[in-house]
Amino acid sequence: MERILYGDNQFFAVNHISDQKSMDQAIKFKSDEAIIRTLDYAIEAGINTFMCTTHDRIAKICDIIRSNPEKYKDFKIYPCMPYAHKYANAVTELGIQGTIKQYVPGNIFGTMFKGGMALVSKDFLKIMELLIDAEMKMFKGINTPVIFLQNVITDLLLGLGMVEVLKGYHDYILKKYDAEPGYITMNMPKLLDTLESVGIENPIICSSINAANFRMSGGMKLYEETLRTRKVRAIAMQVLGGGAIPINEAIEYVCSLPNIESILFGASSKGNIENTVSKINYFNK
Amino acid sequence: MIKVGLIGAGKMGLSHLSILGAHPNVEVVGVCDTSKIVLSALEKYSKFHCYTDFLIMLEKEKPEAVFVATPTKFHFEFVKELLSRNIHVFVEKPFCLTEEQGLELTSIATEKTLVNQVGYHNKFVGTFREVKKLVKNGSIGDITHFMGEAYGPVVTKKKEGTWRSNPAEGGGCLMDYASHVIDLINDILAPVTASKGSIMKSIYSKMVDDAVYSLLELSDKTTGVLSVNWSDETYRKMSTSITINGTKGKIISDAHELKVFFKEEDCPEGYSKGWNVKYVTDLTDQVNFYLRGEEYSAQVDYFIDAVAGKVPNNINNFQSAWLTDRAISIIKNKK
Repeated sequence: MERILYGDNQFFAVNHISDQKSMDQAIKFKSDEAIIRTLDYAIEAGINTFMCTTHDRIAKICDIIRSNPEKYKDFKIYPCMPYAHKYANAVTELGIQGTIKQYVPGNIFGTMFKGGMALVSKDFLKIMELLIDAEMKMFKGINTPVIFLQNVITDLLLGLGMVEVLKGYHDYILKKYDAEPGYITMNMPKLLDTLESVGIENPIICSSINAANFRMSGGMKLYEETLRTRKVRAIAMQVLGGGAIPINEAIEYVCSLPNIESILFGASSKGNIENTVSKINYFNK
Repeated sequence: MIKVGLIGAGKMGLSHLSILGAHPNVEVVGVCDTSKIVLSALEKYSKFHCYTDFLIMLEKEKPEAVFVATPTKFHFEFVKELLSRNIHVFVEKPFCLTEEQGLELTSIATEKTLVNQVGYHNKFVGTFREVKKLVKNGSIGDITHFMGEAYGPVVTKKKEGTWRSNPAEGGGCLMDYASHVIDLINDILAPVTASKGSIMKSIYSKMVDDAVYSLLELSDKTTGVLSVNWSDETYRKMSTSITINGTKGKIISDAHELKVFFKEEDCPEGYSKGWNVKYVTDLTDQVNFYLRGEEYSAQVDYFIDAVAGKVPNNINNFQSAWLTDRAISIIKNKK
């Protein structure tokens, strides 16, 4: 993985500190051109990996990337699935079964599985595979060397103790997509223990790592210890601690930690992208 | 270890279950649901004991505390049964379908000194906690007006729905969505005691309201406005906010950002004259296990601590949720 990864929160009105900024971003990135223009700024700043959720609008961005093969020949996408709000809103409205009916391709409760429900219930992993395929469709023909499970799903499964499902995800990504599976989490040390318990070694884990101890469940001391002593390919996100830490201090802290392979950040202006990249390059030395 | 059971493994139930599953002081002894698909997934991939009949679960597993996350219409019957067996109860919001039911459960729980809590998670959000502190300290003076709002994209098309689209089962924007805002107003300011007029609008739903607007009066005679709409696609997810005007200043807060304006130099520590902005990141304590917002973990931790006798059972207890149920019927009766 490259040292710097560019994230997509700013494009989809995801802002952890302000609903107002959220709406401003939705206005700024109304058009796909605005997103592509900003992605191009990131590429010009030397970033070639875009880590993004499987939001409907990413499909359009993928179309643009596919239609400019020369321009984007070194460009990689790390998909993060699923776009959870799509499902969360659907579950509120339709219930769990209704949501599966709506989003799993084909008529899952009918012809696809003979015997219907009973069999479907027994083959949860198959449902997961169908959902992964549905989410991955938009990336066809694009280089996606790492594919992530979003934190709300990773952490839900972690809390429920559904280790085999986490493992099932791992195995399916390797087998079907010839890509590396990654996990986003807010509980990195606990997830690492759990993944190791089912034989997943040196996993790619993206988690909040910042000098503000923000969303580092178990505490930053435990995170630092884990990075120092364990085998994990860590990606640091939320390095600014949701805006709580000045940028110099934030980047200096993350760059000083051992074993952080990549730093993920999002920014919506050319200036902020260039500034963050130059800070990371400075503190890397 | 506290032995905990769960009834209702839908969206909120699974969220509670995951947080409970990761809790160091909790042993999840049983999960009860009627959905075959959810139960088989849990049976196959988790270690939880699964049941389709909650009475059998109670008999076999003898939980000390139970989380109830079923559709609202079942709350009264289930919670009453749990209390009769001396089991501590955490129940999802809204509390009950009628005021009478809520009152009865509140008095049983109080009489038996059982820990009782309802899932109004906003009270565990750092910004809203700070708003309450500022208001209760009199920092912004006498309250002259308030505006409680929530908007989000739950129902954005005409469609047949589930129990949430049935008014008799606790569906609709007022019960399901606006209840969060009403509960915040009750807690931060004072309980709603009257409505001077309400509008309940169906935008896409056939049987229930998708938006509710009401002029409210509180027990201390403060007045203000409620404005809630769950068919607003301009929001990515639910956005709840409260604006409070006072004689010495003004507060505007959502779950992320708190903005406070003080007219004079005389203001609380950490604030100064003019605008002050604080973020939830500065006002939030770390949780042991994070799933979908610190507040969801914090409310579960608080309940478990209350069962263990470590904290008083005074945030989100049945009494406060009953006041919210009462406000819901006041608003409904004024449409």
